[in-house]
Amino acid sequence: MNNKYLLDDSIINKTFKLSKQDFWGMFIIKFTTYLIFILFLAIILFLYYNGSEIISRKFLFSSPINNGIGVALFGTIAVCIIMIIFSVPIGVISAIYLVEYAENSILKKIIKMSINNLAGVPSIVFGLFGLGFFVLILGKNLDEVLNSGLLFGKPSMLWASATLAILVLPTIIVTTMEALERIPDTQREAAYALGAEKWQVVKKVVLPQAAPGILTGIILSVSRGMGEVAPVLFLGCAFFIPNLPLADLNLGLFSIPLINPAEQFMFLSYNVFILSTQSIDLRSSLPYLYGNVVILITLVMIFNSAAIYYRYKFRKTLQDINRS
Amino acid sequence: MKETKIKIKNVSVYFGYLQALNNITLDIYDKRVTSIIGPSGCGKTSLLKSFNRMNELIKGFKLKGQIFIDDTDIYKKNIDVINLRKLVGMVFQQANLFPKSIYENLTFAPSINGIKDKTRLNEIIENACTLSGIWDEIKDRLKDNPYNLSAGQQQRLCIARLLTADPDILLLDEPASALDPISTNKIEELIYELKKKYTIVVVTHNMQQAARISDYIAFLYMGQLIEYDKTSKIFTNPANKQTEDYITGRFG
Repeated sequence: MNNKYLLDDSIINKTFKLSKQDFWGMFIIKFTTYLIFILFLAIILFLYYNGSEIISRKFLFSSPINNGIGVALFGTIAVCIIMIIFSVPIGVISAIYLVEYAENSILKKIIKMSINNLAGVPSIVFGLFGLGFFVLILGKNLDEVLNSGLLFGKPSMLWASATLAILVLPTIIVTTMEALERIPDTQREAAYALGAEKWQVVKKVVLPQAAPGILTGIILSVSRGMGEVAPVLFLGCAFFIPNLPLADLNLGLFSIPLINPAEQFMFLSYNVFILSTQSIDLRSSLPYLYGNVVILITLVMIFNSAAIYYRYKFRKTLQDINRS
Repeated sequence: MKETKIKIKNVSVYFGYLQALNNITLDIYDKRVTSIIGPSGCGKTSLLKSFNRMNELIKGFKLKGQIFIDDTDIYKKNIDVINLRKLVGMVFQQANLFPKSIYENLTFAPSINGIKDKTRLNEIIENACTLSGIWDEIKDRLKDNPYNLSAGQQQRLCIARLLTADPDILLLDEPASALDPISTNKIEELIYELKKKYTIVVVTHNMQQAARISDYIAFLYMGQLIEYDKTSKIFTNPANKQTEDYITGRFG
């Protein structure tokens, strides 16, 4: 058969079939890519297989006396909340200043460089800094000035959160700066041309549009802070606290239990560290350890999927703006 | 009959070491459409953006000379730039609506002026949209995403959004250059309607468009004002050889 529209078999073999070399090259490329996913899946499945038995409502919410992680879960969430309160205002405001207001100067470059270097400092160094600066200098002096006995000058939830806040500050600043920089200048021009003042442009146009991007950074920093052990190691983290570190806010008629940041606390990742390094009877503590890890990883995954969702939303807004 | 609205006197504009405009002097008349034409990079947009001081957002901008609007030198030190930009509104080449609902886009300018009353806001919106001939198309979809509108509708919505700020002068920077002929036609009709109420300055690349819509034409070339006259004069009997060459399409 001689059809000019059909290719010769020899050409097909030459161009469309992979040679032996190409086949193996392709195999390695694909294998290394899929390997990441396989590893992730293997870790998750292994942990869930080993840890799912112990997980129950009782395990999640009861005190360590009853083999539960309720206090640790509470401590983790409380520390993350206080961390956010410290780090988000500072991080977001300084990013807004750097992107929207600061002139391109050497000082701005130095500040940007220090932010990037801050992100590279090992977390144990932050832990020691927290102990040295917050507890031994700031806390002690606060106690002397306020005459408050030993309230601030001891390792506590407050200082652990502050240390974690410094740790995640670069993440928040960098992601916020990226989000702000990706809002096109045409949007700012539109607002200026309508007679908006600088702060109105920032508040009403730039920030709302960048919000999902900023939120992505905040959520990622929470999941980062949740998994850290080293920074809280010296700062009031404990392995066994039978009761929640609460303080009652007395309002006369009734009292509201609030997080007490001056107390010691339990932390999920610290629990994992202690259980795996200092357990006396590993066989009996192993299920507890697995359960702990599963909860920690689940929390991190939930936060990361939220971050992915907001990143998707941010990209969609940008696409809309750029398409018009 | 015709009053001078914008008086430009010996204006030179620099961006860093680059000179964009050289010693421009011209009068723009009230309630007329003035087109600024010229080849790319001749300083049309720089001149336009000098009228509402939008150039100042660009680093290294410097202006010599004076621009008077209603006999006020707008480059004097005590000028309220924010208020100036409200009086001298601007529409850009690309529609730049905010990623909010159509309603929020239209209420942006009134709300930064401190108008919060709902009925007052609705009144302003309806007036602006009726003036810009888009009210019938959007009145049922004020809560919609503006990016679902066609490109022409988006540009007219931009003009409507501008009118909500209650300006005196409209600066249009190639408002129809990215649009199809039908949408362009609508914008041109709109400009014709709007000149009853506003002073309009249009930058355009399109010679036919300039001939159709404008009363006066300024021809810029390499930062110089080559010729400024009535449209009929420019198109029938230009005083300058360069103008003739440009409008007949021999260069540019």
